[in-house]
Amino acid sequence: MSITTLFDNYSEFRHRHPDGDVPHNPYKWAMAIDLDACSGCNACSVACYAENNLPVVGKEKFAHGQVMHWMRIERYWDHDGSEFPERGARYLPMLCQQCEAAPCETVCPVGATNHTPDGLNSQIYNRCIGSRYCSSNCPYKVRYFNWYDYPTTDNVWPAEMNMQLNPDVTVRGKGVMEKCTFCIQRIRGAESDAKTQGRLVRDDGELQTACQQACPTSAISFGNLVDPESRVHKQWRAQQVDLDKHEQVKDQAEGGTDLRGYRIYEWLAPYPSIMYLERVRESEI
Amino acid sequence: MKDIREDIAWAQINTDVLKSLENPRKLYWVILFIAIALVGVAVGCEIYQYNMGLGVGNFDNPHMWGLYIASFIFWIGMSHSGTLLSAILHLMHADWRKPIYRFAEAMTTFSLMTAGLFVAVHLGRIWQIYFALPYPNMRQVWPNFQSPLLWDAMAIFTYLSSSILFLYIGMIPDLAICRDNIHSGWRKRLYTVLSLGWEGTDRQWRNFRMTYLTIACFLIPLAVSVHSIVSGDFASSQQPGWHITSFPPYFVAGALYSGCAAIITLFIILRYVFKFEEYMTKSILKKVARLTFAIAMIWTYLVWIEYSMAWFGHNPHDKHLLIEKATGTYAPFWWMMNFCASVVPLTLAFKRFQTNIPVLLAVSLLLNLGMFLERWMIVAPTFADGYYPWTWDHNQWPSLVQWGIVLGSFGWFTMLFMIFCKVFPSVSMYEVKEMVYHRSLATKKLQATGELAAAGKGAH
Repeated sequence: MSITTLFDNYSEFRHRHPDGDVPHNPYKWAMAIDLDACSGCNACSVACYAENNLPVVGKEKFAHGQVMHWMRIERYWDHDGSEFPERGARYLPMLCQQCEAAPCETVCPVGATNHTPDGLNSQIYNRCIGSRYCSSNCPYKVRYFNWYDYPTTDNVWPAEMNMQLNPDVTVRGKGVMEKCTFCIQRIRGAESDAKTQGRLVRDDGELQTACQQACPTSAISFGNLVDPESRVHKQWRAQQVDLDKHEQVKDQAEGGTDLRGYRIYEWLAPYPSIMYLERVRESEI
Repeated sequence: MKDIREDIAWAQINTDVLKSLENPRKLYWVILFIAIALVGVAVGCEIYQYNMGLGVGNFDNPHMWGLYIASFIFWIGMSHSGTLLSAILHLMHADWRKPIYRFAEAMTTFSLMTAGLFVAVHLGRIWQIYFALPYPNMRQVWPNFQSPLLWDAMAIFTYLSSSILFLYIGMIPDLAICRDNIHSGWRKRLYTVLSLGWEGTDRQWRNFRMTYLTIACFLIPLAVSVHSIVSGDFASSQQPGWHITSFPPYFVAGALYSGCAAIITLFIILRYVFKFEEYMTKSILKKVARLTFAIAMIWTYLVWIEYSMAWFGHNPHDKHLLIEKATGTYAPFWWMMNFCASVVPLTLAFKRFQTNIPVLLAVSLLLNLGMFLERWMIVAPTFADGYYPWTWDHNQWPSLVQWGIVLGSFGWFTMLFMIFCKVFPSVSMYEVKEMVYHRSLATKKLQATGELAAAGKGAH
């Protein structure tokens, strides 16, 4: 233990984003969400609760904003003067955007949230001291804090119910921050399976996130952005969205284009890993 | 106006100040009792919060921070004026600071201690707080040096340790006086140990002066940097209402402002409970009031810069936030803050209020109310009306647990401060002697040259 490790190791474990060093070899996990296909059914959210051991906090705490849904469906009403049955709504599935230059990572005093070489924004529960600075600096507000001790004092999973917990996922105690991990337990499983068999993770459904798996309209696609054959890569290509730019062809084109791909708050330059495909309204065609 | 008598005997100064260690007015015990009761409330709230989790404070997503962080900034800010009085004015040879700098420096130390508590109280896992310290460990895990919270921790520790040192070193000659005048009991032993064998030889005085000056010089950059770093918590984040370049000077001005107001409050209280009318004179009060007025105007100017930048900057998010501050959930507090911190200090411009003790007490309390609200209005509205529209309709009001801990922090500060003033001389005896001596010398010189009559006034 010497003071030099302070400087050496520190730079070694940090990645420069999104283009500084050579991460993303051989994987860069990314997502594309087609808002035209999303029907706002919340199946993804439910699947996420089941997969990631999310506590169901109850009506009161939900209304209070203390809900723990890593995957949330936001509903935005149209402002065209029409009333409820006719009034249009849009849905936006919102989850951690796994930013390449994540605002949450730099501010954590203990370095509990970090970037992995395969492009994930990881959260180390054991290291988290609960300063909540990450959430304060998150433009999307997709980080959820354990305001109560859900597993024990709140008894979210009473006796038999705890058999439903996913053994691959940590059950979080009070006072730690958590958020969507892109189902890191599945990613790591698939990655090590592929490694032992001497190949890369295939893009044939070998690896799916829980939300993607549950989506009845296949609005969510997830995969390796580095693999030119993957569906995600093709979607990003088709929409001319580049991971390491904070202004895309769509934004620069004058008079609009047919491109639908965009990333939320790109101009803040967090370089999110999720591309959304704009909803196309009949009235606008 | 009546100031400290220039012909006051040095022994008289000793007697008067040492009396404050013995028999304060009854109000002292009332204040101390209330303060300890408030600390009890806060401890109860903290135990409850520790057991249940932070949810009992009524936090939610997106309202991640609340009164705790606001109070943290408030207490850090409060500490700055002590250094202004004790270090900056020391270098500027402003002799009027001498009777009051000791308690101002104590205020610095104790408000920093209070602020430090809020860092802990605010954490989700308070028992892991040492993770944020760069301590050597087997796993070779270091804290994140990019995080402004870590800069905060370092700045505060540096400032706190230097302030304690400065307070203590400045007190050594006085502790020796206490040692020599108190003849029995635990106090005698305490003063004997703390006065480090001070005898008042020439050599000791020379070393003492040098040390004191060095630490004063060391403290001044700290006083500016600490609150700049605290402002970095906000300015170096990405959120609307926080990501503002003018924050460091704005925070430093706000810090000096609330600190000066607190000095007025404590001045008036100490003057009464310890019967310091002879030393804490109205002419000093007048100078502090003028200083407060000047800083209040600087602060008002900087706050208008902030509003103008949001308004004319055409960043839709900043502008939206500013409009929401003035019209939304927090509007009553926002307007109250602007009134208390920008309009109320105008009374200090009038000469007749600069020495009117009831008015000054009320004004100084209002100023600090304004400054507390200001800190809250920096922290909270950004969560309520930040970037993300989905989070806009979540209203949040801090629970009684939060308010209890905030109130308790005032009790904690008052308790420490009051105990300090009872145990240690809160007026610097040796410096008052110096001041009186220098003033009488100046008067004599003027008398000798006959300029006093020409100037038509006293020595100061």
